[in-house]
Amino acid sequence: MPAVVPAPHAITATRRATHPWAWWCWAIGAAAAVSLTHNLALIVAISVAVTLVVLTRRSDAPWARAMGLYLGLAGIIVLTRLVFQITIGGIRYGTVLFTLPHVALPRWAAGIEIGGPVTLEGIVFTLSDAGRLAAMIICLGCANALANPRQALRCVPAALYEVSTALVIALSVAPQLVESAQRVARARRLRGGGARGVRAAGALIVPVLQDAVERSMSLAAGMESRGYGSTRDQTRVGHGAGAAMLASLALLGFGAFALLSLSDGAALALVSLGAGLGCAVAALRIAGRRLAVTRYRPSPWQAREFITAFSGLATLGAMLVLARTAPQVATPTNSPVSWPPLDPLMAVVVGLILVPIAVTTVPPEGQA
Amino acid sequence: MITFDHVGFRYAPGLPAVLDDVSFTIPEGDLCLLVGSTGSGKSTLLNAVNGLVPWFTGGRLSGTVWVDGRSTRTHRPRDLAGVVGSVGQNPLTSFVTDRVEDEIAYGMEQLGLAPSTMRKRVEETLDLMGIADLRNRPLADLSGGQQQRVAIAAVLAAQPRVLVLDEPTSALDPTAAQDVLASITTLVHEVGLTVLLAEHRLERVMEFADTVAWLPGDGSVQVGPAAQVLARADVRPPLVDLARRLDWPSVPLTVRDARRRVRALGIAVPDPPQRVLPTTSAVLELGELAVRYGELVAVDQLSAGFRAGEVTALMGRNGAGKSSLLWAIQGAVASSGRVDVDGEDPRTTSAARARELVTLVPQIAADLLYLPSVAAECAQADKESRRPAGTTAALLDELGVHLAMARDPHDLSEGQRLALVLAIQLASHPTVVLLDEPTRGLDYATKAALALTVRELAARGSCVIVSTHDVEFAAASTDRTMVMADGQIIADGPTRTTCTSSPSFSPQLAKVFWPQPIITVADLPVPVARA
Repeated sequence: MPAVVPAPHAITATRRATHPWAWWCWAIGAAAAVSLTHNLALIVAISVAVTLVVLTRRSDAPWARAMGLYLGLAGIIVLTRLVFQITIGGIRYGTVLFTLPHVALPRWAAGIEIGGPVTLEGIVFTLSDAGRLAAMIICLGCANALANPRQALRCVPAALYEVSTALVIALSVAPQLVESAQRVARARRLRGGGARGVRAAGALIVPVLQDAVERSMSLAAGMESRGYGSTRDQTRVGHGAGAAMLASLALLGFGAFALLSLSDGAALALVSLGAGLGCAVAALRIAGRRLAVTRYRPSPWQAREFITAFSGLATLGAMLVLARTAPQVATPTNSPVSWPPLDPLMAVVVGLILVPIAVTTVPPEGQA
Repeated sequence: MITFDHVGFRYAPGLPAVLDDVSFTIPEGDLCLLVGSTGSGKSTLLNAVNGLVPWFTGGRLSGTVWVDGRSTRTHRPRDLAGVVGSVGQNPLTSFVTDRVEDEIAYGMEQLGLAPSTMRKRVEETLDLMGIADLRNRPLADLSGGQQQRVAIAAVLAAQPRVLVLDEPTSALDPTAAQDVLASITTLVHEVGLTVLLAEHRLERVMEFADTVAWLPGDGSVQVGPAAQVLARADVRPPLVDLARRLDWPSVPLTVRDARRRVRALGIAVPDPPQRVLPTTSAVLELGELAVRYGELVAVDQLSAGFRAGEVTALMGRNGAGKSSLLWAIQGAVASSGRVDVDGEDPRTTSAARARELVTLVPQIAADLLYLPSVAAECAQADKESRRPAGTTAALLDELGVHLAMARDPHDLSEGQRLALVLAIQLASHPTVVLLDEPTRGLDYATKAALALTVRELAARGSCVIVSTHDVEFAAASTDRTMVMADGQIIADGPTRTTCTSSPSFSPQLAKVFWPQPIITVADLPVPVARA
């Protein structure tokens, strides 16, 4: 046996958790891409692809098991829309599948029609429209299942450090409050449960609130004696941070308006959004400088994170190209109904979504 | 290392001084034990060391507290974080993160240490406290003893020179407490930390103490070698009681020491008379009682009988099912099997009737209090128990606690609050009285008063069951001891026999006089004969 072996060079050689924000970037890219299409085949393909990534890369943590919840929610959305389309739906033209008896409504409900012909066009349009929303929810559900929410909170810019600390505390205190409420409710029986009405509420709320206040005082004392805020500069944050933050908000707002409302504002929107993002980064940098806390074992941002995050952006990019070069594929005509058209770019979109499977690993047990 | 230089402190002008012109020095590397009854200012003194008093609590401090050459006048608690580490009673309330490793690193992150240093120190601290296998566990899932060790590790990682601990073991069972105390002594002996420790149950820690600081309660502090200060302090762990009874000038700090002295002096004591257990029929009968929380079996098919006029101690480690058993008997927790109090089942009667059959004082007594004054609570209890007005207030007087009726129950001391809840719960004249961990956080005087109350209740014909970790309390006040493990009873018999036969449940005197079944100082004859 040789004592020296070559260093592992593949990016997936070590099994570790992928940075949560990389997963979010990937999922948001996929969600944005799916929002740009009405092509039922593409919607289904993207949903299947993101679900596949989750199934192969999720951990055994509690949040990872929530994926079923999001799939269920997506199913409910599609079903509800279908039921409404069939009963009171707005699209009654095209190939009639079957006809529901018309229900006459009183005069005050004029304008709403129940029953009537149920058409293939109506069904297909509803499926693609609701499917788009459902697919976006699945994408965000994937991010939730793959990214450790607490880790995500830990990896925020230094300027948001206090906010993230507060959120982490809230996340751990909430179950404790529930426990304390249960304990007090149980203790009420011991006094014969004699209190009624306002008094009963008082019997529950007063001890729980007292518990909560004592808990937070003790937490505050603990944080103080462990040095919370000891590195904070006594000087105030410079005006630069505030100005940059205001500028970034204005630019981002205008950029979003240009993108969504101006007919040919794409270039203007992109420039404005980019500048806004730059200002935001600068503002956070300046504001974060006054707090010199360090991070213990920060999640690394390496090749696999770059590739995962980039695959999300690339998915969106490919979709934009598809929408421009082949609009009839991205948004196929609904009447007359035909099989969804296909395009080689669709394979690229789906392929990009699947990229993380190649570069990430399942997190080691207990470290998700 | 720690110097108090003419320190005085009061929380507000007009209030009595908590510390009054206190001056003492604790040298580096000492373990100093802080003793005194509840309200004597132990916590205030501990918090003054890292500046939480007065920076965080408010109040007026005169004189200067020096720690490692720094004055708390000019250094805020956060500035002293790298010098003083402080750990409280309930670690869960002061955790900032939710995972063991993150919690240990938190203090160092705040101090802005380099990531490589942090990494190294976290590993070292995990090993030092023996918790390396817990590193990825969520904090809420740990047992009390583990949580307390994580809390100590979390302050140790910042490498302070002084460790301040405010009753770190009061919520733990004897074995877990031993673990935590062993870790603390390791720190003193191996790391050379200066440790300031406040603790109610002195019997467990006094052997490790270099110095003892006694707060008599008048604002002064007496500091000196453990054996001498304890000989005159008003806190009386069993070995101190023994030394006083035998007129020894200094106190033996360990069981071994006491045993040697007894041998050397040739002290001979007769076996104490066996207390006769009442032979009346059982007033409380349990048949195959079981409590389940989902998959977890807390009480496992338990059958037992309890007689009127008998005090039973329920012992066992945390999670053995003691609390679940008590709650199930009262009927506030769902259970299967049979509960029979004088022919009635408290689980199926109305809550008001159940209260007359069985009453329970829960571990956190404050859960039962919700009205703004002692008078209002008493009046409400009279109404709930359908007793004439004034019953509860009279009971409170009988318990020997005289409270101003206008006081807010939440401002009372631990012992006063327990007395109030006890009076409220006894107002219904219950057949069976259940006490869940009543001795937690009580000082020796309050514990002795509680022992008297318990005996008094039994003498009046109540059936009393007390769950407790405190073997000395069990020895002093109960007739019968049951030991539980995994929801089952593993030992049951007269307290004298049960307690002397098991090393982890035997009181200190039993160890001193072994194999004779002496469990309290009251068992010694007057005067003690010498052979």
